Amino acid sequence: MLQGTLDLLILRTLAIAPAHGHTIAHAIEHQSDEVLQVEHGSLYPALHRLEERGWIASFWGTSENNRRARYYRLTPAGRRQLAEQTTRWDAIVRAINRVLRPA
Amino acid sequence: MRLTRFFRRSRWDEERARELESYLAIEIDENLARGMTADQAQAAARRKLGNTTLVREEIYRMNTLGWIDGAWQDLRFGARLLRRTPGFALVAVLSLALGVGANTAIFELLNALRLRTLPVSHPEQLARIRIAGDASGMTGGFDSRHPNLTNPLWELVRDRQQGFSSVFAWSTPTFELSSGGPSRRAEGLWVTGEFFSTLDVHPLIGRLIAAADDRRGCAAPPAVISYGFWQREYGASPSAVGQSLTLDGHPYEIVGVTPQEFFGVEVGHTFDIAVPLCAEPFSRPGARSSLDRRDAWFLAAIGRLKPGWTIERASAQLNAISPAMFRDTLPNYRPEDERAYLAFRLGAFPADTGVSDLRTSYEAPLWLLLATTALVLLIACANLANLMLARATAREREVAVRLALGASRARIVRQMLAESVLIAAAGAVAGAALAQSLSATLVASLTTTHDPVFVDVSRDWRVFAFVALVASAACVVFGVVPALRATHADPGAAMKAGARGASDSHERFQLRRVLVVAQVALSLVLVVGALLFVQTFRNLMTLDAGFRVDHLLAVQLNAGRAGVPRDRLMALYRRVLERTARQPGVASAAQVRNVPIGGSFSNREIVIDGVKQKQATNFNAISERYFEAMGTSLLAGREFEERDDERAPRVAIVSESFARVYFAGGNPIGRTFQIDAAPGEPRPSYTIVGLARDSKYGDLREPFAPLMYVPFAQDPQQPFANLQLVVRSTLPLAVLTSEVAAVVRDESPSIVVTFRTMASQVHDSIVRERLMASLSGFFGALAALIAAIGLYGVLSYTVARRRNEIGIRMALGADRGEIVRMVMREAGLLLAIGLGIGTLAAVGAAQLAASLLFGLTPHDPSTLGVAIVGMALIAAAASYVPALRASRLEPTEALRDE
Repeated sequence: MLQGTLDLLILRTLAIAPAHGHTIAHAIEHQSDEVLQVEHGSLYPALHRLEERGWIASFWGTSENNRRARYYRLTPAGRRQLAEQTTRWDAIVRAINRVLRPA
Repeated sequence: MRLTRFFRRSRWDEERARELESYLAIEIDENLARGMTADQAQAAARRKLGNTTLVREEIYRMNTLGWIDGAWQDLRFGARLLRRTPGFALVAVLSLALGVGANTAIFELLNALRLRTLPVSHPEQLARIRIAGDASGMTGGFDSRHPNLTNPLWELVRDRQQGFSSVFAWSTPTFELSSGGPSRRAEGLWVTGEFFSTLDVHPLIGRLIAAADDRRGCAAPPAVISYGFWQREYGASPSAVGQSLTLDGHPYEIVGVTPQEFFGVEVGHTFDIAVPLCAEPFSRPGARSSLDRRDAWFLAAIGRLKPGWTIERASAQLNAISPAMFRDTLPNYRPEDERAYLAFRLGAFPADTGVSDLRTSYEAPLWLLLATTALVLLIACANLANLMLARATAREREVAVRLALGASRARIVRQMLAESVLIAAAGAVAGAALAQSLSATLVASLTTTHDPVFVDVSRDWRVFAFVALVASAACVVFGVVPALRATHADPGAAMKAGARGASDSHERFQLRRVLVVAQVALSLVLVVGALLFVQTFRNLMTLDAGFRVDHLLAVQLNAGRAGVPRDRLMALYRRVLERTARQPGVASAAQVRNVPIGGSFSNREIVIDGVKQKQATNFNAISERYFEAMGTSLLAGREFEERDDERAPRVAIVSESFARVYFAGGNPIGRTFQIDAAPGEPRPSYTIVGLARDSKYGDLREPFAPLMYVPFAQDPQQPFANLQLVVRSTLPLAVLTSEVAAVVRDESPSIVVTFRTMASQVHDSIVRERLMASLSGFFGALAALIAAIGLYGVLSYTVARRRNEIGIRMALGADRGEIVRMVMREAGLLLAIGLGIGTLAAVGAAQLAASLLFGLTPHDPSTLGVAIVGMALIAAAASYVPALRASRLEPTEALRDE
């Protein structure tokens, strides 16, 4: 996975609904048709980093099968960040495409 | 945000642990749902998550300020190590505390005396006004500690100067204070009206002296008291203001108290009471007042520069107006003195650090003492470095294991340094505490009964910076090098080697030898210095001053304020002298103008065979039986007798040096000389009737100089305000003083009488030498001791390291004597190199002390010899113990050990 893209994917996943770590990892894998594999060892530090920056917030909740789990949700700052990063990502992808497939 | 996380990081960590557990639980649930067995489900889940501890650690690290956490860990580890070896910790901290404490104490004094500016606003704007360049041609009466100006001269300076926004003058009288009880001395200040306003000092309570208080002929001048005096005499009661106190018999009303930090402008002294200068005639009534005398030097002056003026510019302006000012204040001088007076030029000099005579006499000794204590600290650090090296050696295998396991060298160095930092910090704190009492003791040891020394040794940023600097420097010396060395070893080699380790790499051991050599060399320098100062002190204590110091009491009667007319006073003195001499137990008593080594002396210009001598000759006026009382032998002729009064022919007794210098060693008896007089007055002629042994007069350190004595009644400038007696008696001091005091009281209760034994007078005159001797002696002994310990340590270590080899040697037939010689040979080599370097260093360093020595040269060969032999003996004793231990090894045991 590209450097820094995990943060963007987490933000995107949480934009739909609050989720706990396990769900976030699965969602990313599922949405990418199993192309993107989330390294669980790096998921939690990434969550911690995002929370520290104030882009996501956490709370303890109960999971689908009645387990206590730590849930994350997007904060308004995180939402702005998501928009910004998505725009930048699109720009980068377009730029790379122009280089790879010149008209 | 970061900081709160830092402090709550362990709570966070728990939170993460719970989160990861919940992840595992969810994953396991899913795995079970996929049909795995419980064991499989758990293992798969763990595999997927990976190393949870690593994850937690990574998050934990995100929450820490990395180096703080690491440093804290290191410090805790270091503290644990030190707790495990309390003996080492104690020795290390104590020796460092002693070194830091001594350095800080001396520095505190230097700081107070030399570096610190006056505790007033903008001290850098202050400048002292005095005669620039050579002022040795000043003649007349000198009074107070800084006799720079006469009052007529000061008044012109005040009126004509332009460079200062305001100027003030002051003098330092000693008042007889009586506020109810018996009178006693009080340190006084006469200040002009602008004193406090120029310094910008504000009252703690009440008000201070203002310009309106200082008008010539003031009738009811106010008094301002210092904070210390207020505390001492009035228990800090605000009601002190408004109370009255009596100085020299005149009442003053206290109007205010100065702030705590204000001690005047003179570093080394403080004041009790300040009164306006216009009150001077109350203390010196009538013709004795100096206010209109053009040859009475008793004032010093300081000004505050106008904005935009530099000291140079103000100085130039003073210089420009000097000729007119000196012309306008010309005293009735002889022509050559007149010439000198008219040639004087005033100048301005920086006064941001105040003025100080203590500074002049103690600055050089204090820098020297600071260098001494720095060397002691260096030696102590070398010793610590040696101990640290030994500890590092003991931890060699541990370090090797950690290096092999992947610890970085920097990490291990940092961890070993933590221990040194702890020791340095503890030593610095203990040392700083020690310094406070040390510096107070030092100040107290400078104080004599007649010269109360006050030095404000309170801490300021310079002292704290100094302590920090010294402690860090020490830490670097004894900590960094051993730590670097310890991690230098190749882990593989260290692990492979036996119990003794490859630690004893030649290189590392060489460092310990170098340290011991340095210790020996530095100690020798200190021991030589100590011996020089101790001998200086002994020379001064035992020198033949020309009189016998023991059982001799100096008595001072002060009748200046008793209001007795002059001729009756003379008769009264006579009666006091005669009655004292008749007291049982008194061997002899005599009157003298200046008691030798008492702080004051007189000289006169004399004319011999019509030729005026270039140098003024020491002069003293005495009564009959003076030489008997002093124990000075008369070599020829006679003592003065009662018949040598003002009507009799003038006679004199001269010293050996007088006869040698002026009569080429011939018999002076029967010869005559004249004492020079003011122009137009006849020169009185004296016939020499006696020849006395040489005697010290003004200063114990000065060589014998020509000295003449005349009978008291024939002294042309006889003082009458006070009387000095010397009394020889074997009575206990308390009995004698109470007897004399009773006699004086009986004659006139208003006469103030003070006592001083000749012995204490002589001691007080060599306070500086005593201080240098005791301090340098102490430090020298300390240095020698530390060096001996260092040598002992290194040799013990050598012996332990060579156990095996020694065992083999003994098994092969070496006898004990040979083993002892072998160890001693090594000690001898280290010692010889150390002493060689030390001798060179000592010869160079002694030169710095030359001006403080008396009766020997800085390169006194016997001193050097004694020091070298002494160090060698101490070192030999320190080496003999390990050598003996080596020779007592059981070869079988030593060999089995391997």
